[in-house]
Amino acid sequence: MIKLDHITKVFNRGEVNEVNALNDVSLQIAQGEFVVLVGANGSGKTTLLNIISGAVLPSEGSVLLHGEEVSRLPEHKRSRWVARVFQNPLAGTAPELSILDNFRLAALRTQRKKLKIGIDGAFKASVREKIAGLGLGLEDKLPQPMGTLSGGQRQALTLLMSVMDHTDILLLDEPTAALDPKSAEVVLQTAERLIREYQLTTVLITHNLRETQRFGSRLIQMNRGRIARDLDGAAKEKLELEEMYSWFG
Amino acid sequence: MIFYLTALIQGLCLSAMGLGIFITMKIFRIPDITTDGSYTLGAAVTAALLMQGWPLLPVVGVTILAGALAGVLTGLVHTRLKIDALLAGILVMTGLYSVNLSILGRSNIPLINIDTVFSALAIFDRPLYNELWVSLLFLGVLSALLAYMLRTDFGIAMRATGNSESMTRAMGINNDRMKITGLAIANALTALSGFLAAQYQNFTDINMGIGIVLVGLGSVLIGDALINWLGIRHIWLQLLFVMLGCILFQLVLAVALSLGVNPNMLKLITSVCVLAIVAIPRLARRQRS
Ligand SMILES: Nc1ncnc2c1ncn2[C@@H]1O[C@H](COP(=O)(O)OP(=O)(O)O)[C@@H](O)[C@H]1O
Ligand SMILES: [Mg+2]
Repeated sequence: MIKLDHITKVFNRGEVNEVNALNDVSLQIAQGEFVVLVGANGSGKTTLLNIISGAVLPSEGSVLLHGEEVSRLPEHKRSRWVARVFQNPLAGTAPELSILDNFRLAALRTQRKKLKIGIDGAFKASVREKIAGLGLGLEDKLPQPMGTLSGGQRQALTLLMSVMDHTDILLLDEPTAALDPKSAEVVLQTAERLIREYQLTTVLITHNLRETQRFGSRLIQMNRGRIARDLDGAAKEKLELEEMYSWFG
Repeated sequence: MIFYLTALIQGLCLSAMGLGIFITMKIFRIPDITTDGSYTLGAAVTAALLMQGWPLLPVVGVTILAGALAGVLTGLVHTRLKIDALLAGILVMTGLYSVNLSILGRSNIPLINIDTVFSALAIFDRPLYNELWVSLLFLGVLSALLAYMLRTDFGIAMRATGNSESMTRAMGINNDRMKITGLAIANALTALSGFLAAQYQNFTDINMGIGIVLVGLGSVLIGDALINWLGIRHIWLQLLFVMLGCILFQLVLAVALSLGVNPNMLKLITSVCVLAIVAIPRLARRQRS
């Protein structure tokens, strides 16, 4: 469960470039809920995800994950609950490390990285099997550097990596924005499958209104650092594409 | 022959530092110039303790600790105080000059009639062969340990930190602590080069570290060029090529000296060599594009 209580975020406070990115945002997301987050550029969507993941600490207000107060906990300590896929395919993987090494780190996301060799035959086999499930033919390329893959392949693998270790919360920040339609479809289908399979609490940011219709059990629209609309599953079902367009008029 | 062997041994002695610079420069992408200070620190600690009759093993231990401490200091200044790594390195390196001077007590300690690592592990009659075999053994063990470490889960985390900090943070890695650890390992390695160099040349001088970071940098660049050219992915092989870079660099300097270059010009030659190593690929690239 994610609970944001009166969150305000001001960047560069007191300077000429001061930005009020989030303005008294309160939000509760239940276990297993799938929230789709929309809103114009600069409306604070990414900042909201960053507040949840700990990449950005709030100026005011508190963040609770599973009832635990984590407002001041840095990002690397919140990885215990949170996995994320960034908008930029480069951000979620280490390009010079092999696919296998990337997966090894992902498998230890919530654990200590010890001074012993952890990649053995069994681990390789399990990674190979998981990757084969994508149907991208990447399972034979485990020793290849991650950086040699396309953006779509990397996003798909990043998604898989997020469930290599225990995960409750999955944050997806425009995961398909940098991808061609075909790769985007692979990534979305993978996301859908994993979210269902692992019953993840999910927040997906998207600019694609068709994705908005297709996914999620709740729809939130942000506007200028505030929550402008918050629709439950039933209301979201009834929503017409035209009406959604009008929000951005 | 002796000429080449000498360059080979010198290259091996400096290879520990090369491995250290490989860690900071290639793995972490941090320009660390604490090196000049921690190299002399290693040599100073070695000389001071050997003069007091310490056995070799504890001397190695204290040398490693001293170098690691220097690295931790640079790491703390860089990560906690958010000071540019270059400036952090200069601060610690400059401070170390005084520390080294007080460890030595004077500007130069000769190590004559003292049991060194080269005499302690001697198996040949000729000192030159012993120096070669001991430095080979030392660097063989060191590079194998380092290669093993880099292949562990911890080592993967370390390599990833220099690669993508947003990724490692999301994977639960404390990037700052990792950088401090990396700088500690790198400077411990550099101090070990000082340990070897002091015993190889039979003295420690307060100025022996001046510009040594440039020698290491040039060596690592040579090694890295070979690694990229040959497309080497295996970690231990990469480390061996870094060591090969150190040896090649010493050979170049030795050849320059044998051609009658004034030894006072050695630092200038070093600078020009490193400049050439850095500039030639860039000029070649510009030519092509
Ligand atoms: N690290 C930062 N420093 C300064 N301003 C920022 C930072 N991150 C975001 N902002 C600003 O906060 C506002 C909201 O940005 P963001 O959350 O990225 O919006 P969105 O993801 O909805 O496009 C924007 O005006 C942006 O410029
Ligand atoms: Mg955004």
